[in-house]
Amino acid sequence: MSTDRVTFGGRLLPAALIAPQLTIVGLFFYWPALQAVWQSFQMQDAFGLSTEFVWLENYRALFTDPGYYRTLGTTLVFAAAVAGLSLGFALLLAAMADREIRAGGLYRTLLIWPYAVAPAVAGVLFGFLFQPGLGIVARGLNDLGVPWNPLLNGDHAMILVVLAAAWKQISYNFLFFLAGLQAIPASVIEAAAIDGAGPARRFWTIVFPLLSPTTFFLMVVNVVYAFCETFGIIDVLTHGGPGRATQTLVYKVYQDGRIGADLGGSAAQSVVLMAIVIGLTAIQFRYVERRVAY
Amino acid sequence: MAGLALEQLRKTYAGGVEAVRGVSLDVPDGAFCVLVGPSGCGKSTVLRMIAGLETVTSGAITIGSRTVNEVEPADRDIAMVFQNYALYPHMRVYDNLAYGLRNRGTPRPEIETRVREAARMLGLETMLDRYPRQLSGGQRQRVAMGRAIVRKPQVFLFDEPLSNLDAKLRVQMRVEIRRLQRSLGVTTVYVTHDQVEAMTMADRLVVMNGGRIEQVGTPIEIYRRPATRYVATFMGSPPMNILPAEVVPGGVRIEDATIPVATPGLAPGAAVEAGIRPEDLRLAPEGLAFGVAFVEELGATRLLHGRLGGAELVVQVPAGPEPAEGAAIRLAVAPGALHLFDPGTGQRLGMPG
Repeated sequence: MSTDRVTFGGRLLPAALIAPQLTIVGLFFYWPALQAVWQSFQMQDAFGLSTEFVWLENYRALFTDPGYYRTLGTTLVFAAAVAGLSLGFALLLAAMADREIRAGGLYRTLLIWPYAVAPAVAGVLFGFLFQPGLGIVARGLNDLGVPWNPLLNGDHAMILVVLAAAWKQISYNFLFFLAGLQAIPASVIEAAAIDGAGPARRFWTIVFPLLSPTTFFLMVVNVVYAFCETFGIIDVLTHGGPGRATQTLVYKVYQDGRIGADLGGSAAQSVVLMAIVIGLTAIQFRYVERRVAY
Repeated sequence: MAGLALEQLRKTYAGGVEAVRGVSLDVPDGAFCVLVGPSGCGKSTVLRMIAGLETVTSGAITIGSRTVNEVEPADRDIAMVFQNYALYPHMRVYDNLAYGLRNRGTPRPEIETRVREAARMLGLETMLDRYPRQLSGGQRQRVAMGRAIVRKPQVFLFDEPLSNLDAKLRVQMRVEIRRLQRSLGVTTVYVTHDQVEAMTMADRLVVMNGGRIEQVGTPIEIYRRPATRYVATFMGSPPMNILPAEVVPGGVRIEDATIPVATPGLAPGAAVEAGIRPEDLRLAPEGLAFGVAFVEELGATRLLHGRLGGAELVVQVPAGPEPAEGAAIRLAVAPGALHLFDPGTGQRLGMPG
């Protein structure tokens, strides 16, 4: 029996080979993460002059704070909207691109570009487009009789950050959906066509179920993205406002810690956030690993 | 039930490639028609056009009395079995079979009856709850056929359905498909590149080459009287020997031997190509001089490979020790077994036999 495993004679070489990777992960992930856990058990005064070890006091404060639950709710709405919008739109584009079209390669390449745009830059772009006084989209909306103003209206602000965050993620989702679609044998679709299923029915009864592993994977990735990586977009567009209408968990970590100078409370929030992300990733690994064999 | 007719069917792809160049064919109601030819001969394209999976560039496809060129695949009343089976991987066998009926709004009790009936015919009763990935190749093949028969279509289309199976299973499925088609009496078009499959299964055999039909007939007609040199060498294993020959009074001369054959309309001295099947040559005291270079033992028979003049030749002889490799022997041609072809066009000449 042949095996894919490479065996090394000594212990030094394998250790040396994984050392760089371990160093980077340790230095930039485990160390700060442990710091955060450590800090979440402490309380500091506003000037950082005294530090007190308080055990779970920060967590108790966090979980008894109605504001925290409000932010959690905002985050869930935000994440669901971002994931739903970007997945739906990406699937639509991928289904279009999957067909043989003229200049298909160019179309696909162009669709991938937004992924290369930094979140803050995406934020600036959408900020311009939707700026109530100057933005081209905002003026269009106003001309249509929609009193668009994300600076004052919390719902408008939420729509704005959702649009910007979803737009940036569409490319990534598109790539995976397209790959997933192309992995479905053409003959299965043809067999369904002969079996009397029209295009819509084929999509919902054949294509979509066969794409479900991809969809599930992307859903987790998108939720994690919405939870953690949208900081730049929110910071540029709304600073979590107006009121706290667009304050997500990650933005609250920043606001409480950096601006509110409550390092202990902020650290406790990051630990909770970390736990959520670890949980989501664990679920994904379990399911995706198990269901690859379609 | 209905027959199928193709009339001057053509397919030109966007790049200008002509895959099918005018195919006309009549498949009578209930017949088993096999399209055979090498890869790229257009046979699969013809099948896919009948199914409605490829558009028709010109010509007409008629099922029963209805021209279906512009009809959607779903509405052509056909069923197709694909080379890779194309089962729906996320559905159980039962749902795979029921899918086409559900799409057509068949009442649930009738779906149940038809699926059970098809499963019984194919020996799939115990597998209805399994997923395709839990089945063997032969079982998947049966499910694919079951999906075709539950619909009770007017035409079955098979696209190389056996080429993913191992040799033993292929022989078995060949018989099963044929038996099933006979008992159902559904008009069938079956595409294959395997000439043994073609010979054994067809009522009506169609040999294709380069987007055209070379010959249509029963397997025996095609084997006995190939219309072109191409058909002669494609059908039959080992293939027919082709030797350069010259028309002489009373027959043709191959190398230094004259073989008596009728040559109507051919002037003495004309160059022709003589085709002789390996089994139509036998050892003789005099005749064509042949040096045995190499012997293939097949058990029941032996194949002698060697050269006759400038041409390669294969002779099939009964089992036995003689002749051995290196022997110099003489060969006679069985009476009436010589085929003559025009060296330029490859068309059959005269009426020998």
